[in-house]
Amino acid sequence: MSGMTITEKILARAGGKKAVQPGDLVNAQIDMIMCHDVTTPPAISMLKEKGIDKVFDREKIVVTPDHFQPAKDIKSAELHKRLDTWAKAHKLPHYYQLGRAGVCHALLPEQGHIRPGEVIVGGDSHTCTYGAFGAFSTGIGSTDLAAAIATGVLWFKVPASMRFTLKGSLRRGVYSKDIILEVIRRIGTDGALYKAMEFVGPTLKELSMEARMTITNMAIEAGGKNGIIGFDATTKAYLEGRLKGKTDYTVVESDKDAKYVHEDTIDCATLEPIVAFPHLPSNGKPIGECKGLRMDQAYIGSCTNGRIEDLRIAARIIKGKEVAIRTIIVPATPEIWKQTIDEGLAEIFYNSGCVVSAPTCGACLGGFMGILAEGERCVSTTNRNFVGRMGHPKSEVYLANPAVAAATAVEGVLTDPRKYL
Amino acid sequence: MARAHVYKRDHVNTDEIIPARYLNTDDTAELARHCMEDLDTNFVKKCKPGDVIVCGDDFGCGSSREHAVWSIQGAKVGAVIAHSFARIFYRNCIDCGFYPIELEGALDKINDGDELEIDYEAGVIDNKTQKKKIKFKALPDFALEIIHDGGLLNHIKNKK
Ligand code: SF4
Repeated sequence: MSGMTITEKILARAGGKKAVQPGDLVNAQIDMIMCHDVTTPPAISMLKEKGIDKVFDREKIVVTPDHFQPAKDIKSAELHKRLDTWAKAHKLPHYYQLGRAGVCHALLPEQGHIRPGEVIVGGDSHTCTYGAFGAFSTGIGSTDLAAAIATGVLWFKVPASMRFTLKGSLRRGVYSKDIILEVIRRIGTDGALYKAMEFVGPTLKELSMEARMTITNMAIEAGGKNGIIGFDATTKAYLEGRLKGKTDYTVVESDKDAKYVHEDTIDCATLEPIVAFPHLPSNGKPIGECKGLRMDQAYIGSCTNGRIEDLRIAARIIKGKEVAIRTIIVPATPEIWKQTIDEGLAEIFYNSGCVVSAPTCGACLGGFMGILAEGERCVSTTNRNFVGRMGHPKSEVYLANPAVAAATAVEGVLTDPRKYL
Repeated sequence: MARAHVYKRDHVNTDEIIPARYLNTDDTAELARHCMEDLDTNFVKKCKPGDVIVCGDDFGCGSSREHAVWSIQGAKVGAVIAHSFARIFYRNCIDCGFYPIELEGALDKINDGDELEIDYEAGVIDNKTQKKKIKFKALPDFALEIIHDGGLLNHIKNKK
């Protein structure tokens, strides 16, 4: 028998098996569950209706409202109320409410809830983000969420793995966002359907945990079941002093002779900043081919690029200039929000005429705080540019890294950021 | 008899099936009123109980919102037939007791307005209009069991 990939090893362990192969079904023990305000309230109602309103392990559930946080209207306030009542009734210790709530996939790692080697699920498709820590992490719907909350077990089909080797150093103005946009451009939005996307290679050494999360975050945009990056010194340093509750974890690595159904190498040194055109994340074009296109709004935030690193990049470019279009900056968590103020970034944004909002998913999914009108275009650091994603079905979203978004904010048209760096 | 509503499209995503502006509720009747709204504003008006949606690759890609399945179920859509499905949507269908029919070349085999009869046990779509019987890939047994029980939570309850 050949070796196993990191994904296969984690699922084998969680399913109580020595070895698994792609296609095998496992009943996996769940180590951590992420709950937010859109998909969890229905899960709670289902559990009540079926008379199984219990939680399998209070320590293994993290709750935060984020999509419509703070509540944007009466209906979303009611979702929040249902989430709140449930979290309090079960005395869930990791309930981030009020000024502690933030965008789930930025919040959980930052607050030390993500451990390598574990099986993590969440009622959100971008739960694949946590794979940056060498964990198996995938998004589920409300029914699966309800089952996971009550039983701590879910069935999974072991996915076949694809391996992407990242080599070469990123050039100025090019970031991890461009790496993942390039991967999706190559394989398409269903190129990794039902599969694990494993990222390896020397470039990873140069990427912070924040930058790595941008990559695994978008595995779902290629249809992937999970994205995963092995543990190294950077992972270890990030976790030190941060983990809440259980501080030990098991590091899992892919075997040398593990099998991959697809292999590709990305020479990161040749990449340019990429903009993904409407209406698919796979419509990436190098900035050189698309600069000059008029935009109406720039949005810098979300679980993809709303971390402090991203805001620092944006501030560096925007500093001392007046923005030409509506520019909305959304620090993804309260900690990032505070850093934005402490480091003087908020002042830079204010002076340039940007709006700085509270942590929220907000306009990323067309919720609120920056919705687009008919015919409007937005350059956005988010992960999806589907029809109607940020507002009117006839509006358009252009996905880009934070430097492109910031330079575009300054000029009002798609702009190569390198002249400002 | 079920009528086919064919959309010659790949990657029909969950934002098109049920836009995020309606995610502030999980009321099935309300979600049903907006089913497929950003793809076809007339869909709900046209769709009769039992009618079938037919699409190409990767149906239901994007968000994990089960609201997409609920809105389809609420609109009384009988089945969704697609060349392939996005993973989370596919799983959500099974969890909700709704059979996702994977059919290679779906767009070549069914035309808009065709009358269909689906035999889930035999895995056969009878295209009455074209007088053709089309076989589809049956779901694995464990998934069939879940659908038989009316969804995952009933299935878990039944097992206890
Ligand atoms: S920031 Fe956007 S993509 Fe991320 S969880 Fe929120 S809505 Fe989803």
